[in-house]
Amino acid sequence: MAQITLSNLRHSYRPDPAGDDDYALKKIDLTWEDGGAYALLGPSGCGKSTLLNIISGLLVPSEGKILFDDQDVTALPPAKRNIAQVFQFPVIYDTMTVYDNLAFPLRNRGRDEAIVKQRVTAIAEMLEVTGMLSTRASNLSPDNKQKISMGRGLVREDVNVVMFDEPLTVIDPHLKWKLRSKLKELHQRVRATMIYVTHDQTEALTFADQVVVMQDGEIVQIGTPVDLFERPAHTFVGHFIGSPGMNVLPCEVRGGAAFFGGEQVTLEGPSGIAGDGKAEVGIRPEFVSVSRTGGGIAAHVRKVADIGRHKVVEAIAHDSRIHAILEGDAPNAGDAVMLDFKQSQTRLYKDGWLASRPEGGAR
Amino acid sequence: MKKLNQRAWLFVTPVLLLVAFNALIPMMTVVNYSVQETFGDNLFFWQGIDWFEQVLTSERFHKALGRQFLFTFLILIIEVPLGVAIALAMPRQGFWVPFCLVTMALPMLIPWNVVGAMWNIFTLPDIGLLGYFMNHTLGISYDMTQNPLAAWVTIVIMDVWHWTSLVVLLAYAGLVSIPNAYYQAAEIDGASNWAVFRYIQLPKMKTVLTIAILLRFMDSFNIYTEPFVLTGGGPGNSTTLLSIDLVKIALGQFDLGPAAAMSLIYFAITLLASWLFYTLMTMNDNKS
Ligand SMILES: Nc1ncnc2c1ncn2[C@@H]1O[C@H](COP(=O)(O)OP(=O)(O)OP(=O)(O)O)[C@@H](O)[C@H]1O
Ligand SMILES: [Mg+2]
Repeated sequence: MAQITLSNLRHSYRPDPAGDDDYALKKIDLTWEDGGAYALLGPSGCGKSTLLNIISGLLVPSEGKILFDDQDVTALPPAKRNIAQVFQFPVIYDTMTVYDNLAFPLRNRGRDEAIVKQRVTAIAEMLEVTGMLSTRASNLSPDNKQKISMGRGLVREDVNVVMFDEPLTVIDPHLKWKLRSKLKELHQRVRATMIYVTHDQTEALTFADQVVVMQDGEIVQIGTPVDLFERPAHTFVGHFIGSPGMNVLPCEVRGGAAFFGGEQVTLEGPSGIAGDGKAEVGIRPEFVSVSRTGGGIAAHVRKVADIGRHKVVEAIAHDSRIHAILEGDAPNAGDAVMLDFKQSQTRLYKDGWLASRPEGGAR
Repeated sequence: MKKLNQRAWLFVTPVLLLVAFNALIPMMTVVNYSVQETFGDNLFFWQGIDWFEQVLTSERFHKALGRQFLFTFLILIIEVPLGVAIALAMPRQGFWVPFCLVTMALPMLIPWNVVGAMWNIFTLPDIGLLGYFMNHTLGISYDMTQNPLAAWVTIVIMDVWHWTSLVVLLAYAGLVSIPNAYYQAAEIDGASNWAVFRYIQLPKMKTVLTIAILLRFMDSFNIYTEPFVLTGGGPGNSTTLLSIDLVKIALGQFDLGPAAAMSLIYFAITLLASWLFYTLMTMNDNKS
């Protein structure tokens, strides 16, 4: 077990990268604490798999270093790094039984058959595949195959980190939920560092203590699920997390105050921007209240979507679209309404990055 | 109940006709010859299963069959591992892939009798490149027309040269279809190169290798042109394989009855061996 440090990491798949655009990973500086449950979240193609493959040693980065505690492992092959990785599509050894599949990583490392037996039995129990141990792996259903792939990742007890690269893509939704809670439970039991790659925010937020959000080969924010929800460090995180994502409204900053379509919007605290200019106000739909009378910004309702537990109102004010999430009563499409933003949740973004600070607090 | 649709005949009949004319009818004429005796003039006499008995008990047939099995066994045991090894060594991507593929395919494009003629000239002791080199440069006596061992070595090498590519190309097709994640997972699992071959590459190549072995078995078991052009079955009868012997009986001696009986036996053996092999290879697939 070890703390994993990525320092000044850059990676390009091209032999002669010219500009930043040629890099799949632009510049990564990151520390994964020993024993953490991390989710790596980001849209397709942002470099998540590349980052994992660099940590596991399948790829050697173009620039930068990887440290396991104080040891530089940048040049070590995967087998020497003592890590485990599970891939998006199940990889099983067709000709072996389920038991032999699970035992494979241990046997390759010359473990005693007694220890192998004990580990395989324990993992099989946990994944609920004990009944299949003597079947040939090629005859399993896709989700069971993926369970076996995951089992091979979890069977070694002393690994530095277990990495999952979107492992539940091929699995049925109800089973997905079950396996995810299993992983979480397992993490609490063994306390190995786990990194879980996904582009599904629910998956990330339910699994992880810390979520790392990536975009275009860069890390945009690292934080707890609550941090990401309440204080997105970048409008991208605001958009990406939440459903619907954060409202981001163009505004004018004058004398430290923000004006949306000429109307002042009260921010959470100091604007954090010196001087005047263009910026953006960010407010989550959960913190927008809608009333027919009362104060706030005048808007008209374009549509209302009932998505079960609550309703999503889409309103237009000053040519901008604003979402609001309401419990219970909601206006009808076409109604004129007033929108009110909860002050403590109203943030200011400059060039996409969070600028405002909470009242009295440091940023 | 479903309504019967007679239109299916429309699709099946052409195939039936084709198979009938190209396989069934010629074969039935052979069956016809195999149970009769003729002295020319289109006069036939019923002979029963005598010809079959004669062929099956003849020493000549046993020897030819033995040579045939030996030949097929030798080329399979060389071509299959060699083909797999070459396929493993070939690049999977990049500039050299098309070059390798074309080079590999070349021998297969050469007509059978040309291959036989080429190798015949190649090995001539006094003017052939190989023959001259062996006899005059290395001083090893090597003459296909005198020495049965030299003849055997030559036909086996010739077949390896001509047909290993087929195994290579099929095995290569199997190899490139393996997703990269398998190799990555194996690397993470700490698998040795041998384990990667044994548990990933070989199982994934199994289907194509089954086909490759079947094709090579059938082809080599029925081989005629190349050894005929190369050695003519000699020296003596040392390279008279089944098909060469069959032609000698049918056209050389014009013994239609025994030749027909031998053809049918020959066919039955090929069929039986192919069926046995295929059944054995696929037996495990459906077992849980
Ligand atoms: N083997 C490769 N060769 C060249 N470019 C690659 C290779 N693998 C990935 N890339 C490129 O690098 C970038 C990052 O890819 P990566 O696979 O890391 O994304 P990802 O975040 O894992 O995406 P996804 O969610 O689709 O799995 C992409 O632009 C991709 O096209
Ligand atoms: Mg990926």
